[in-house]
Amino acid sequence: MIPLEWYLGLSAALFCIGIFAVLSRRNAIGILMGIELMLNAANINLVALARYMHPHILTGQVFAIFIMTVAAAEAAVGLAIVISVYRNAEHINIDKITTMKW
Amino acid sequence: MPTITLQQFMFGAIALVILGSAILVATLRNIFHCLLFLALSFLGVAGVYLLLSADFLAAVQVLVYIGAITVLMMFALMMTHRVMTTDISQSLTQWWLAPLPIALGIFAVLFRVYVRHGGQALVDTKHHAVPTTGIIGQALLTRYMLPFELASILLLVAMVGAIILAKEDKSDDPA
Repeated sequence: MIPLEWYLGLSAALFCIGIFAVLSRRNAIGILMGIELMLNAANINLVALARYMHPHILTGQVFAIFIMTVAAAEAAVGLAIVISVYRNAEHINIDKITTMKW
Repeated sequence: MPTITLQQFMFGAIALVILGSAILVATLRNIFHCLLFLALSFLGVAGVYLLLSADFLAAVQVLVYIGAITVLMMFALMMTHRVMTTDISQSLTQWWLAPLPIALGIFAVLFRVYVRHGGQALVDTKHHAVPTTGIIGQALLTRYMLPFELASILLLVAMVGAIILAKEDKSDDPA
């Protein structure tokens, strides 16, 4: 049997790698990739805790499905914004996108 | 228990795949390779769901993340790859290691909380492996009816919004 802490540790590590990717990437699509990693880490947490605390009630899995829905919507809208930015600015380098910066 | 069971060995292998490919996603220079390793990482997470006997979620993970989100990102990359190819660094020019202490600090906090408070929650999970698809479907259509419908509205709004945002605006094009 796998201890619950292993899942939680894996999820924490994945979340922090996602944070690192979000903070260090210059390409906007790379940032979206980091966000997906973080959402996956949250899902692992939900499913593992649901499995170990209430194995017969699947609330955690249902919640994970809703997170996947939101992640899909977020990816679609985020990539549409990236493409729109690319069309206007000819690049997606977030260092140089300063139009809304005061 | 000093001996490592098959389950634990599988967990270790899958965790290695997930974390290794996630680190490559965060550090590789070629963004296309990053995307491929992201797909590998998603596949590993599907394996974790299988270990947790969440069969439906594992299938959905493969369908939605690998089948939809990765392909969507691939399209976006191909539409924007002209200026962001391998010859340019994909990370911040200076200070690209600066997020590392932030990430490590958050990891330390999370890990400490988990190790201290996670141990009480153990249930013997050996005998509860049942197919989950029917139970989840029933839950979605009875107890979680309202969130389910809201999620469908969210998807519709996101779809329309993405089309409008990404559509080429031809009305005020001078050419």
